[in-house]
Amino acid sequence: MKNNNFTKVLVANRGEIAVRILKSVRDAGYRSVAVYSEADEGAPHVALADEAVCIGPAPVGESYLNPANILGAAAKTGADAIHPGYGFLSENDSFAQSCLDAGICFIGPSPEAILLMGNKRIAKQHMVDVGVPCIPGYQGEDQSDATLLIEATRVGFPLMIKAAAGGGGRGMRFLNEGDNVTEALASARSESLNAFGSDELILERAIINGRHIEIQVAADNSGQAIYLGERDCSIQRRHQKVIEEAPSPFVSEKLRALMGQAAVNVTSACHYSGVGTVEFLVDADENFYFLEMNTRLQVEHPVTELITGVDLVDWQLKIAAGEALPASQEEITLTGHAIEARFYAEDPSNNFMPQTGRIHHWEKASSAGLRFDDGITTGMEVSPHYDPMLAKIISYGDNREEARRRLLRGLSDTKLLGVRTNKTFLTQILEDNRFIEGAATTAFIDEATLEQASTNAKPDNANIALAAMLLQTQSKSNDSTLWRWSNTAAMDMALHIEGHDEKWKVSLAHENSIFHATIGEDVHTLQLHSLTGACCTYTMDGIRQKATFHIEGSEIFLDARGQLLHLDNITYAPIASDEEEGSGRITASTEGLVIQVAVAVGDVVTKGQTLVTVEAMKMEHRLAADVDGVVASVSAQVGAQVKKGQLLVDINVENSGED
Amino acid sequence: MGLINTKIDPNSEDFAKNSAFMTDYVGKVRHIEQQIRKGEEKYRQRATKAGKLLPRERLTHLLDPGTPFLEINSFAGYKMLDDKDGTTAGGNLIMGIGFVSGRRCLVMVWNYAIKGGTINSVTTKKNLRLQEIAFKTRLPIISLSESGGGNLAKMAGGEDASDPWGALGFLEAGNVYCQQAQLSAAGIPQITVSHGNATAGGAYQVALSDYIVLVRGQSNIFLAGPPLLKAATGEIADHETLGGAEMHASVSGTGEYIAENDSDGIRQARQIVDQLPPAASRYLERDKEPEEPVYPKEELLGIVPTDKRIPYDMREIVARIVDGSNFMEFKPEFGTDTVCGHVHIDGWRAAILTNNGPITPHGAVKAAQFLQLCDQTNTPMIFLHNTTGFLVGVEAERMGQVKHGSKMIQAVANFRPPKLTVVVGNSYGAGNYAMCSAALKPDFSFSWPSARTAVMGGAQAAKVLSIVAEARFAAMGQEPAPEVLAQLAKQSELIENAMEASSEAIFTSSRMMDDGLIDPRDTRQVLSFCLETIFETPYRGTKPNSFGVARL
Repeated sequence: MKNNNFTKVLVANRGEIAVRILKSVRDAGYRSVAVYSEADEGAPHVALADEAVCIGPAPVGESYLNPANILGAAAKTGADAIHPGYGFLSENDSFAQSCLDAGICFIGPSPEAILLMGNKRIAKQHMVDVGVPCIPGYQGEDQSDATLLIEATRVGFPLMIKAAAGGGGRGMRFLNEGDNVTEALASARSESLNAFGSDELILERAIINGRHIEIQVAADNSGQAIYLGERDCSIQRRHQKVIEEAPSPFVSEKLRALMGQAAVNVTSACHYSGVGTVEFLVDADENFYFLEMNTRLQVEHPVTELITGVDLVDWQLKIAAGEALPASQEEITLTGHAIEARFYAEDPSNNFMPQTGRIHHWEKASSAGLRFDDGITTGMEVSPHYDPMLAKIISYGDNREEARRRLLRGLSDTKLLGVRTNKTFLTQILEDNRFIEGAATTAFIDEATLEQASTNAKPDNANIALAAMLLQTQSKSNDSTLWRWSNTAAMDMALHIEGHDEKWKVSLAHENSIFHATIGEDVHTLQLHSLTGACCTYTMDGIRQKATFHIEGSEIFLDARGQLLHLDNITYAPIASDEEEGSGRITASTEGLVIQVAVAVGDVVTKGQTLVTVEAMKMEHRLAADVDGVVASVSAQVGAQVKKGQLLVDINVENSGED
Repeated sequence: MGLINTKIDPNSEDFAKNSAFMTDYVGKVRHIEQQIRKGEEKYRQRATKAGKLLPRERLTHLLDPGTPFLEINSFAGYKMLDDKDGTTAGGNLIMGIGFVSGRRCLVMVWNYAIKGGTINSVTTKKNLRLQEIAFKTRLPIISLSESGGGNLAKMAGGEDASDPWGALGFLEAGNVYCQQAQLSAAGIPQITVSHGNATAGGAYQVALSDYIVLVRGQSNIFLAGPPLLKAATGEIADHETLGGAEMHASVSGTGEYIAENDSDGIRQARQIVDQLPPAASRYLERDKEPEEPVYPKEELLGIVPTDKRIPYDMREIVARIVDGSNFMEFKPEFGTDTVCGHVHIDGWRAAILTNNGPITPHGAVKAAQFLQLCDQTNTPMIFLHNTTGFLVGVEAERMGQVKHGSKMIQAVANFRPPKLTVVVGNSYGAGNYAMCSAALKPDFSFSWPSARTAVMGGAQAAKVLSIVAEARFAAMGQEPAPEVLAQLAKQSELIENAMEASSEAIFTSSRMMDDGLIDPRDTRQVLSFCLETIFETPYRGTKPNSFGVARL
């Protein structure tokens, strides 16, 4: 067995995963180095490492995705091993090769294994060859439209188009019988090219109501390979995992053994070393099909760690150092149940748009059976440059129901104020009967679920009343003992509040310490008992309860009664001029990169027509004309980074009559 | 400092009776205030239709939400002039001290919902009081203005038959303009939002402000409106041409800022205040951590007996107002009917002077000495009235009652630290002066609703008059006929009733003999608010000049 001694590990990543890896690196006795972009100077992973090196500006291409800068940082600090985490350069075979060339231990599999598994098309072909069950499909070299169209018909519908080089749902299209295949191919190609630098596609029969179940594997340099049970990642939104659990409520001992062995076969077939994940799609009849192998640590690895007691990062370090697998297959037992929720900065009421801004308050729940993998702190800025996943909240219980309950409670006790998050969406899933019964498939998050999530995000009047009461504490001077006092009868005050695409007028009357908040026909009775930091204790309509809030200027961020609110007190806002309404001024809806400009000056456009596409945080935002007219100016250019609200296209409103 | 031990039994029958009596009085005051507000509500539909806020809505929009507000003379003019049923009291002006953009300010909102916000003698008196407070406290003045102008017939000093057309009132109102100019020169900013009409005198009131916010389509500032103009010169013009917001903002230059509606105008006024020097409170620290009184403030309702002739211990009142119910009493064994000592109120250092009965020569001496002591240490004095006056009689006169009483009045009049007055119970005769009633210019003065103020009690006055009448007959060696006696008795009764009625706090407060009536339970807050207001004065940050700020 080769011996590969190293002493100092550089973690080539950021956020929660960098923090998580740094902890195991430290615990294993190694020195650690963090790298960071200019935007991450104050990030927790920087503080946690023994040394840290700035590797460039905020955009990932100039920092976390820049191999030269990372290798430079290793050279500068004398780091002799690099842990890539997940994402970024973790599945980049040439980076792995560059590490080896520089005499640095790459903590992960060989460049060859990465390369093989990195291309879905080649990997699938390989698996078919070694007898691992695969979904019927096309993974040939001929990528012409003609061939793909013929193959699509052969494979049959419903059909999935996937990026051969991809992962994470990008470049992926789902097609029903009769959908326009040519159009879908074109858009999948462009998305794939843009995301992965390759426009190769594969076709697969779509398995409806399947489950996404993956097997955690580990293999050492001597060829020993074992599996560490499965993870059920069926709860996905647009092919992005949202909730993961281990073990899967669907998998029997028998199925686990079968899938485990298949995964080990996959691992051996590519001479894999390190930890990895083999993803399968499982249909209702327990038939399973190979999807892909992830040659890195998975985001959702903690659920496996909690039920096996294994520190997977520690195993990665041991295997990279040339040690044998720390445990045999027989020694792996699964105890209890673990569920992970991915905590995203995104707005469920607005098509899960990634959110940016300052984190004004971050408070982790402290009850039993919870693990937090997070890389954020209060005061930190969530920038548009990186993945909007802020943290993972993982619960453990003796059984699935206990784990579920603990996670639900843990989520509700976890407070993040400043940017909108998917917290209420996560609790909605955990409270769904289908999830409770363990019956959720990949079709779980459907239109109805999303609609419900959007509705749940709409503030109710009671919370608006609470926000109004809290907003007026803003003017309290620090030493006034006369708060809300008057020598004559109290006067009603009117607050105007805006947010979540709605406006409210709240009339607040107070009598001693009791408030009566009137919103339309609704009257709520409130009393504020205490304000401690971000936490307030209040009574609403007879129930004494707690809420967390932060006031920033005229804005209030509020986590109360199962809702997250971001509201603006517009009582003293200047009168908005309505001149811009339907003006044809098309501005960027988010900060991002212009990837397409579909019109030029002089073009006649109709309302709803796409003019510009801006990409931000894995999402393409189409900006459409809001009026019929003629394009008067285009200030967007492909490749340009634009600010939210920046004018991109100006349309002259067309006269209805011809001149 | 010592804790005041209470002898009050809140479960006693007397306490319950007293409490019911006082609660009833407080209820009367609240009822008057509510009736005025109901009167304003009648205007709501018209206001909404015109896109306007009601005057009190303007006020709450102006004030920082949740901050305290001390309203002054909420029902001035109650049942005076043409206020027949009391629903139009308040001098058509809502006035007080509140917080705007973090700064303590004097606020006046012209109550256009009552009698069109016209100006009568009560309005003028209130306005002058506001200016007096401004001179003393250097608080900026914000006026949300909309007034129908002078009510010629009611500008006289009340029911003055000798001035039916308000010549005296006209002259009196001129003081307002004089002082506006002087306030500007004194470095006290005046900010006016012109929400509507401002004709003639009203126009000057707006234009003499340092800052004017005009409201588009609402402000009308002119010397003569269209009807008077037509009558005077025959010229025909509409309101907007003659004095609209746009004209003044762009042509005459009479206003600085232009707003789109009421709330926008108020927003701009708030922004103007936000440009003033920072809040004075940030330079101030309390002398001690505030500490609640040991005894509940609710018990303040049950201490004053229903029969004003029954004496009670003012220490029981003090115990429910001051921090920790702690009182460092000054000379407790000397001149015992006069009670004084050092206290803290809501963390502020202060002294209290009060009475457990008539002021004796010893009491007057003690009071005068204590006043001088507190003047030396700049300790504010709180006068809690409960006196039937200076003690009379041969012995008292021989002890120099007049001399010592004068000395006390002298000490009060020339006392330099802040003076706050609360008329708790009786306030009769020269004792009223010696205890720093409005005549001796306290910084603020308030009364409990059951308080009584008069030169003497009604019964005593009637008795004096009948003794004088009997003496007249005796001097002529006559016995008054039975019918004359009966007439004298009837006259005595009338005098007694009239004097009793006019010594009632609701009557005296309507005539602005104080700054308003307060719920006894609010006493501590009122005092704390006033003390802080006064203590802030040196830190307002604005500077005087010679001629005020002149517009272009």
